[in-house]
Amino acid sequence: MDKQEKILSKINLDEEVRVVEIDAEGELRRRFFDLGIIKNTIIEPLYISPFGDPKAYLIRGTVIAIRHDEANKIRVRTISKE
Amino acid sequence: MGLTKGSMGIRIIESGNKDKKCDFTIGLAGNPNVGKSTVFNTLTGLNQHTGNWPGKTVTNAEGLYEHNDKKIKIIDLPGTYSLLSDSEEEEIARNYICFENPDVVVIIADATSLERNLNLFMQISEITDNIVLCVNLMDEANKRGISINEDELSNILNIKVIKTSATDKVGFSELKDAINEIVINNQNKIRTITYSEDIEFAIKSVEELLKNCIIDNKKKRWISLRLLEGNKKIKSKIKMKFNIDEIILQKINEIAIKTEKHMNNKCIGDELVEQIIKKAEEVAKAVVKNKTKYDDFSKKVDKVLVSRMTGIPVMILLLILILWTTITLANYPSQVLSYMFEKIGLWLRNLLQSAILPKWIEGILMDGVYATLTWVISVMLPPMAIFFPMFTLLEDLGYLPRIAFNLDKCFKKCSSCGKQALTMCMGLGCNAAGVIGCRIINSPKERFIAILTNVFMPCNGRFPMLITIATVFVGGIAGGFNGSLFSAIIVTTMIILGVFMTLISSKILAKTILKGTPSHFILELPPYRKPQVGKILVRSLIDRTLFVLARAIAVAAPAGAIIWIFANVMIGDSSILTYCTNFFDPFAKVIGIDGYIAVAFILGLPANEIVMPIMIMSYLKQSTMINVDGFDGLKEVLLANGWTTLTVINTMILCIMHFPCATTLLTIKKETDSIKWPVIAFILPTVLGIGFCFLTTIVYRIVA
Repeated sequence: MDKQEKILSKINLDEEVRVVEIDAEGELRRRFFDLGIIKNTIIEPLYISPFGDPKAYLIRGTVIAIRHDEANKIRVRTISKE
Repeated sequence: MGLTKGSMGIRIIESGNKDKKCDFTIGLAGNPNVGKSTVFNTLTGLNQHTGNWPGKTVTNAEGLYEHNDKKIKIIDLPGTYSLLSDSEEEEIARNYICFENPDVVVIIADATSLERNLNLFMQISEITDNIVLCVNLMDEANKRGISINEDELSNILNIKVIKTSATDKVGFSELKDAINEIVINNQNKIRTITYSEDIEFAIKSVEELLKNCIIDNKKKRWISLRLLEGNKKIKSKIKMKFNIDEIILQKINEIAIKTEKHMNNKCIGDELVEQIIKKAEEVAKAVVKNKTKYDDFSKKVDKVLVSRMTGIPVMILLLILILWTTITLANYPSQVLSYMFEKIGLWLRNLLQSAILPKWIEGILMDGVYATLTWVISVMLPPMAIFFPMFTLLEDLGYLPRIAFNLDKCFKKCSSCGKQALTMCMGLGCNAAGVIGCRIINSPKERFIAILTNVFMPCNGRFPMLITIATVFVGGIAGGFNGSLFSAIIVTTMIILGVFMTLISSKILAKTILKGTPSHFILELPPYRKPQVGKILVRSLIDRTLFVLARAIAVAAPAGAIIWIFANVMIGDSSILTYCTNFFDPFAKVIGIDGYIAVAFILGLPANEIVMPIMIMSYLKQSTMINVDGFDGLKEVLLANGWTTLTVINTMILCIMHFPCATTLLTIKKETDSIKWPVIAFILPTVLGIGFCFLTTIVYRIVA
């Protein structure tokens, strides 16, 4: 993994990231596509659940809760703020 | 709590949609939670249950309406994000749009997140040209400063675009006109996506292979794409439907492999999806003007409702608040009703006596049927009429998915699905509805876990019983304002106990008979919506309160008669009821209750609503309930029959943990299509309840 790359579940709240690669296969990969998550999609973690998992992410204007197990399959890169 | 008259047993459409009764058929498609059911209701005047959470409509509903002398049949398809995945809803929607050939497909899109909604539009537009795009929730979009240029949208896609706002009923005559126009003109040509050269070349080759099997050009292209993509489920369905030869499929496979090689081994499926998403992004960019990237209000509220610190406490406080309001407010109408029924009862009794009927007929009718019926109405109706609207309000606002989000980690730990929190909430209304609601869970294993554990949520047949016992013993001591608050806290504690039992038994099931790998949990948290208060009142009163009450009454009346007979037919010097209670008494004493309570629970199998009246009737061996005047009288009766703190605690525990009612068991049988699961659903909570009570009894006896 590239040094600047992280997995989605490790991103802090309110930090915008861009998808580098989706490591999931099959059904989960399709689920991500359904939500509009492809390469270069911008994602921002908004909330963290009281017990720490899942997190809710802002994806293309909608808030989606994703468990860490699944979010770990998405590699992202932080977008430097101008 | 999607319990309506229609929600049970709506058949999933398989074939024969085009019957003679209507001029044409339209399908209603769209993402989950975009107000499809509301649009459906507005068009048809029907009352499908609506709520602000994704996945509410799990089966197709159908309705009829008339417009300009045309009779139109409308099918409300389950909400889906796409048509290309394997979930049940997507299969239903896909099969319908592709193979049932509806005359028009109306795609409902959420104006507040048009981009993602266009994704589904792009996919459907590859199957058919007869589409009306209905951009719904315009009122919300306006409020959030989102504007949509529908002329531009219509130009880009070459399609009729209608803006609607279902809650204010704006745009519906235009929508109906547009639908009719499409059928009459039948001249549409939607601009669809052109893929990369490699893929277009592959499509051409496949189309050539299929030219003898499929005539329609548009469909041929779509099927070529699906066969190239190679999703097994879709492939086999297509193969069956169009009788495609195995040799042809083999050739298509070779084309796919060759094409992927040419594209540097990029999977065709990925490429297609990427193009669709990019196109949706591009269109959305051209027509949507957005002030903020997300609803600020929802974000602010959620920072409190789902945050680490406040999420859980706020949830519990809300529950207490709802129950407290219910208990406080329900008291007054309850008293009025029982006073009224008492007066009517006296009058009826006089009437019967003047008719010189045998004593036993009077007994069955007045002390059996009438007493049980009026008890059920005066004790059940007020809390239901207050609790249901408040709960529906939370549902309409969009709080339910937040509960699922807050509790997901617990469910994950127990190897079950976070959506189980949603079905749990539905169980709070009616366990049978909760069991049906489990359809939103995709993994069969997790769905069965949710079905089997739903009974741990006290349904509205049971929680008035909790409320009554809590009010009589706890609220009564403190009295007044504090009293009802205490009662609410006790009932809340019992519900939390129910949640714990749900989690524990989910874990047990997942480790024993329902082993398997956990599935994915991905859930949308929709923005908060302004609830339609007036509609909520009417709907929850008619659909839920009256429906549930009618069911309770239908059971209570015969049960009342039977209990009276049990209590009054003497064998030797004791009644049948006494024999029964004596039989169960030794066992019941071991778990800290008595024979009467045990018999009441057993006889309450048809409906939990009658457990309490049976109990009271058997205590008053005169077989009449009329002497029980209000909560004080009830307390005296219970105390006189040896109720202790332990009896109170264990009766409440058993109320949460015992076999589901007959309706729920039948529903479980229907939903799982097997006799095994209702049997397990019967045994599991009963064994746990008895075990739990046994423990509390031991602890109590040591301490006291």
